[in-house]
Amino acid sequence: MTDAATNLHPGLNLGPSHGEAHEEAEVVTFGFWVFLMSDLVTFGLFFATFATMWGSTAGGPGPDEIVNLGSIAGQTTLLLASTLTFGFASIAMKYHDAPGRIAMWLGVTALLGAGFVALEVKDFIHMAEIGAVPQRSGYLSAFWSLVGLHGLHVSMGIVFVGVMVLQIYLLGMTSRVKSRLLRLALYWHFLDIVWVGIMSGVFLAGAL
Amino acid sequence: MMDSPIFGRLTFDDIAPLAVFRNFSLNELVASGAGWLEVFAAVGVVAALTYFRLWGPLWREWLTSQDHKKIGIMYMVLGFVMMARGVAEGVIMRGHLATALDGGILAPEHFAELFSTHGTIMIFFVAMPFITGFMNFLIPLQIGSRDMAFPLMNQISLGMTAAGAMLLLVSLVVGQFETGGWAAYPPFTGAAFQPGVGPDYWIWAIVVSGFGSMLSGINFAVTIYKMRAPGMTYMRMPVFCWTALCTAILLAFAMPPLTVAALMQALDRYLDFHFFTNDLGGNMMNYANLFWMFGHPEVYILILPAYGIYSELTATYSAKTLYGYTSLVLATMCIAVMSFTVWVHHFFTMGNSATVNVAFGIATMLIAIPTGVKMYVWLATLYRGRIRMTVPMIYLGGFMVLFVLGGLSGIILANPTINYQVHNTQFIVAHFHNVILPGVVFATLAGIHMWFPKAFGYRLEEGPARLSAILWIVGFSATFLPLYVVGLLGYPRRSASYTDPVFEPYMIFTALGSLLILAAFATFAWVFWVSWRNRAALAVPLGDPWDGRTLEWATPAPVPEYNFAVIPVIGTREPFAVEKASGRPYVRPDEYEDIRLPAPSGVGFVLCVCAGVFGFAMTWWIWWLAAISLVAIPTVLVVRSFFPDRMVTIPADEVRRDTEAWLRAIDAASGVDRGEELTSANRGFARTDLKEAA
Ligand code: HEM
Ligand SMILES: [Cu+2]
Repeated sequence: MTDAATNLHPGLNLGPSHGEAHEEAEVVTFGFWVFLMSDLVTFGLFFATFATMWGSTAGGPGPDEIVNLGSIAGQTTLLLASTLTFGFASIAMKYHDAPGRIAMWLGVTALLGAGFVALEVKDFIHMAEIGAVPQRSGYLSAFWSLVGLHGLHVSMGIVFVGVMVLQIYLLGMTSRVKSRLLRLALYWHFLDIVWVGIMSGVFLAGAL
Repeated sequence: MMDSPIFGRLTFDDIAPLAVFRNFSLNELVASGAGWLEVFAAVGVVAALTYFRLWGPLWREWLTSQDHKKIGIMYMVLGFVMMARGVAEGVIMRGHLATALDGGILAPEHFAELFSTHGTIMIFFVAMPFITGFMNFLIPLQIGSRDMAFPLMNQISLGMTAAGAMLLLVSLVVGQFETGGWAAYPPFTGAAFQPGVGPDYWIWAIVVSGFGSMLSGINFAVTIYKMRAPGMTYMRMPVFCWTALCTAILLAFAMPPLTVAALMQALDRYLDFHFFTNDLGGNMMNYANLFWMFGHPEVYILILPAYGIYSELTATYSAKTLYGYTSLVLATMCIAVMSFTVWVHHFFTMGNSATVNVAFGIATMLIAIPTGVKMYVWLATLYRGRIRMTVPMIYLGGFMVLFVLGGLSGIILANPTINYQVHNTQFIVAHFHNVILPGVVFATLAGIHMWFPKAFGYRLEEGPARLSAILWIVGFSATFLPLYVVGLLGYPRRSASYTDPVFEPYMIFTALGSLLILAAFATFAWVFWVSWRNRAALAVPLGDPWDGRTLEWATPAPVPEYNFAVIPVIGTREPFAVEKASGRPYVRPDEYEDIRLPAPSGVGFVLCVCAGVFGFAMTWWIWWLAAISLVAIPTVLVVRSFFPDRMVTIPADEVRRDTEAWLRAIDAASGVDRGEELTSANRGFARTDLKEAA
């Protein structure tokens, strides 16, 4: 089979070929890519706004007071690990088609994601305690909304993972469920990439 | 201020139509009167639907439909309803300005509210629904598809747009709108200067409808990329689809900046953030950049489909293949890309460095090149064509002359040094109305005339429609062209009164001109009415009243819900024209298959209600209601995702029966010649005089 026939859409294909389901997956997956690119524009704009507000601390806490690199290292590890485990879920789906195994890896992914969010919330609470609230300055408004937007995306992703585990058990591994898992995977990896941007552009740059 | 836990900050005093009883003045009378009018109109519609027992059909056949054609038509209806209000506001503003030497009939606050709602309505809830409506109706038909890529999402997009429009309508009756124009620049619209509900109405109308438009963009793009009939390569797509594809990409990438700008403004207003405030490091320039990163592409979102419509009708009504298809496609792509590189020309005077201004000035002027290419392509198509001066051609004529004028004034504005002189004067008002009205609105009206028979099965009355077209052209010219002079004389934009008597004659003249536009709008409504009454004589069931060229004309009128009995295989650029020119149109399908289409669904409507309620609750700080409606939206979607998509099947026999009947009628008909296409002899079967086709 040629490459074009096996790889109908960019992303992990579900199997060699299964007719109509394949074609349907091609359309929705492509649509989801366009959505992700649109979402990337949104993140880009929050990034750009953050960059222009870098110095607008209005005498309030600046990067050096709010960046806790230890916590960021922890968050990064958890999130990158969760992308790996989601990869295991996808592989389980592609090669084993075993609901239990897929659900297990999805569960681990969600737990790691929840760990990430928990650490992030802890940092936010600490910031609030030292007065680094978003109301304090333009810089902090931009900081909270960029990091918070990503955190919100991850939290929604965790909810979606939960919904998908339910669907695996209630609906079985139908082609619709598979194609949804595929898109959820794209979403999850996408958030990882955005996080790498945030980690470098917001936290590492702030610690320098 | 104490807010009630149940009603938030909403009180009895916020019901605007009652204000006139508390405090009588001409200004209050106009404001309250408009509110009353809207309430009466709403009550009238409800009463009429009830009296004619139309609720059932409305729900079953329209509100729950996933058919792209019906969704497209509903977008157009929404556009017209909102346009009635937008035009009325325009006329009231011009009426006020005619009396505004040292004062005027309206309070300055009220005038500010008027230009803000007028601009917001016209851009987001008239022009956007119009072009989205056309894209919905035409794209699947022109690319040979049964539907959009995501029919349910399409319904949801419509619901979001309608919810935004509802918020604007409600703002006239409950509370008031903001006074900072359609761009709602902070800090003027920030909590410090406008603590009331006005800017919040704007924010939620924009966020909700902007989200819908972004989803439409994705839907259109995927439809065109993935749903084309076999053999329809990119370079065989009709030009309208090309413009739609570029527009779709612009929608997907230019709507986020608007949503982000509006949400950041919401954070400033609701949670005391400092994105755009004057104090604590806020920076309004970020807003200007974000807003116009959307705002400039937006004008191309509006104009590109209009160019597509003009391209199709130029070829059709001059019975020639479009000259220079490839250059038109390239020009469209160039414009789409360049539209993202010019946004700073909207704030040349806000203190950018000269280098930045020069760069953006040059980038802006460059867009004139592909636009000029288009103008020449249309002219070359008309050259030696067999032109029929039907209604769309009248609009095209008006467009060609007036749009060039508007474009030239745009080049003038693109020069930063001149811009310093005329920015924020009536020159700007003249310029953008000059491109939007002849560009977008005329294209819409012309397109309606051309495709109305496809949608409803009968033509529009030619006589009154011509009158309307001429009134639009004359009315536009009288209303807006003098404003160039007024602007050069220094009369500022958005200014409720003036002191220099030299402006007065112009203001009176343009007020009279606006009455002509009102008459044009009313005449257009009348066209619908007389055509409906006369629909038997105007019927064109055979589907091709204008000797069309593209795929949609090869179907009956109105188009069956499955669009094509059999998905066509495409071998050329203008398949239907080529078939006709070679004498073998209407190929009979060899065999028929069952057709499966999505069943009606209430999801779009439910989300429309949830989004509208959410916007209203947020505006009035009714937190419990906002929370419920916000949570309801994902809940509905998640719950639905557990159930299979319901489909309806149209049996092959039924498709065969209808198609064969239609083809037999065509065999029995004798074609109508171009000279008689405006008579009742035109049943939609053209005796073609297409000799050449691509
Ligand atoms: C139909 C007849 C129309 C009339 C009589 C009219 C009249 C006006 C007037 C008097 C203003 C205020 C100018 C000022 O503040 O100095 C205005 C602003 C505006 N109009 Fe129209 N207009 C019409 C149609 C349209 C259409 C079709 C569109 C777009 C689709 C449009 C878009 C706008 C916009 C965006 C503004 C700017 C609002 C702002 O300043 O924030 N108008 N119009
Ligand atoms: Cu612009």
